[in-house]
Amino acid sequence: MIETKQLIFTYPAEEGREPSPALRGVDLQIEKGSFVVVLGHNGSGKSTLAKHFNAVLLPSGGAVYVDGMDTRDELVTLEIRRRVGMVFQNPDNQIVANVVEEDVAFAPENLGVPTAEIRRRVDDALAAVGMGEFPTHAPHLLSGGQKQRIAIAGVIAMEPETIVLDEATAMLDPVGRRDVLAAVHKLNQERGITVVLITHHMAEAVDADRVVVMNRGEIVMDGAPAEIFSRVEELHALGLCSPDTVELLYGLNRGGMDLPLTAISVEDCADAIAVALGKME
Amino acid sequence: MLKDITLGQYFPGDTPIHRLDPRTKLLCLILFIVALFCARWLVTYGLVAAALIACIVISGVSFRALTKGLKTVYIIVAFTAVMNLFFTPGTPIADVAILRHATWEGARTACFMMARIVMLIMGSFLLTYTTSPIALTNALDKLLGPLKKLHFPVHELTLMMSLALRFIPTLIEETDKIMSAQKARGADFESGNILRRAKALVPILVPLFVSAFRRADELATAMESRCYHGGEGRTALHVLRYRTADYIALALFVLLTAAVIVLRRFGL
Ligand SMILES: Nc1ncnc2c1ncn2[C@@H]1O[C@H](COP(=O)(O)OP(=O)(O)OP(=O)(O)O)[C@@H](O)[C@H]1O
Ligand SMILES: [Mg+2]
Repeated sequence: MIETKQLIFTYPAEEGREPSPALRGVDLQIEKGSFVVVLGHNGSGKSTLAKHFNAVLLPSGGAVYVDGMDTRDELVTLEIRRRVGMVFQNPDNQIVANVVEEDVAFAPENLGVPTAEIRRRVDDALAAVGMGEFPTHAPHLLSGGQKQRIAIAGVIAMEPETIVLDEATAMLDPVGRRDVLAAVHKLNQERGITVVLITHHMAEAVDADRVVVMNRGEIVMDGAPAEIFSRVEELHALGLCSPDTVELLYGLNRGGMDLPLTAISVEDCADAIAVALGKME
Repeated sequence: MLKDITLGQYFPGDTPIHRLDPRTKLLCLILFIVALFCARWLVTYGLVAAALIACIVISGVSFRALTKGLKTVYIIVAFTAVMNLFFTPGTPIADVAILRHATWEGARTACFMMARIVMLIMGSFLLTYTTSPIALTNALDKLLGPLKKLHFPVHELTLMMSLALRFIPTLIEETDKIMSAQKARGADFESGNILRRAKALVPILVPLFVSAFRRADELATAMESRCYHGGEGRTALHVLRYRTADYIALALFVLLTAAVIVLRRFGL
């Protein structure tokens, strides 16, 4: 479980500039095994928050606890990083080796895992993300979605409890995005790995357990996807929007219909519209 | 054009050469180079060439792939050859025009020089073609291991090497993209004198450096996130182990070098 308490963080300011905090008192608890999506427009502090989860950044004020361990305690830094894996936006900048399996082995090698166990973990991690056929490929010849799944496998090989994906699907085409998300959902369901997914794609939040919305370094909304996305006007005020389905229902409602804004999946949305139309006739 | 750069390229395979321990291959290459520089006349050059050809055949690397990599050095080879041809003192080849300055000794040196450079490059390429860069850096790490006691940063050095190799394709791709982008803005890289062309490179290098630094920053964060904390206590996916084949290969190359050194004494 990850817990932040009144977390404040300020980046060192450039000369002559007034430093303004990127995080202003964030209180958040992420339950083990949950699938949490973090939304917020550019510069709202999502990445800054994520980097606090694995002690890449340390709080300027307040505290962050990972399974009860304080991230400021240097003695547990490695253990925290092992438990909270992080996948970043650009796959090219996080792959360290020229061979897929060597890259996946990087983290366990750093942790001093014995050779036989590394082998097992690498094969297991590659299979878990559906990349088992590519152990000796050169990463730079793979597609974006495949590279990103390699990056996820590299994190799985640490046997983490949580995976944080910071806009990991932002640079991918729709197919790559779908594959990566499928792999992440599978890990969440089959292995009970906690997932924190930072994204700008509202559709990716539909299947989450929980949606957290950030604005100017603070958490402004927090709840189940259906609940959050039905607050369409509030989201618009924050410069965000709901998934297309909800936006459609919202538009229809403004045109005089009375549809439930909680129908966020395409099927539910279609049903809701069908029922309403049936009633009107 | 940048795609032609073959440095650090690796062709995966499963031949006896591919299976050799990378340390063996590195040591064999060193022995080969020593033999090459000790070679003197037809017999010794022939021996070295035979060894190289045998290795190429066993490795299954196509001759084309090896000579393709040579394109970039043809100019140097040709230049050295011409210099040797004309500036080695000895008997003139013929008493007509320019040939008066070319000597038989020069021709001989030029030929051997060309053979030497070509074989040197082919041998080195054969190593990188048949050994994954990671294996190669692991080998260096192990071979230089004793220097760690003298506080020489062996691990840092080999890590830097393998990261550099890892990012070569990425940066080449990026350079291509930047060049296209600048061409689309009307930049001209092909015409003008050397000074103009060098100036035209500035708008390529600046964005390339900026992006390389950004990449390095992100890479450092990603490595930290994956528990990288220096070389201490690291284990490896592939543990290097010498096998019988390694001892045989080493013995053969020691023999080759010894034979060349002995034969050169007889002026062969
Ligand atoms: N390395 C840095 N140095 C100084 N300021 C930074 C740095 N990184 C981010 N910031 C600032 O901190 C604030 C929060 O940035 P952050 O990257 O966390 O936002 P984000 O929500 O991840 O945005 P995006 O959606 O664009 O990724 C921004 O105002 C940004 O300008
Ligand atoms: Mg971000």
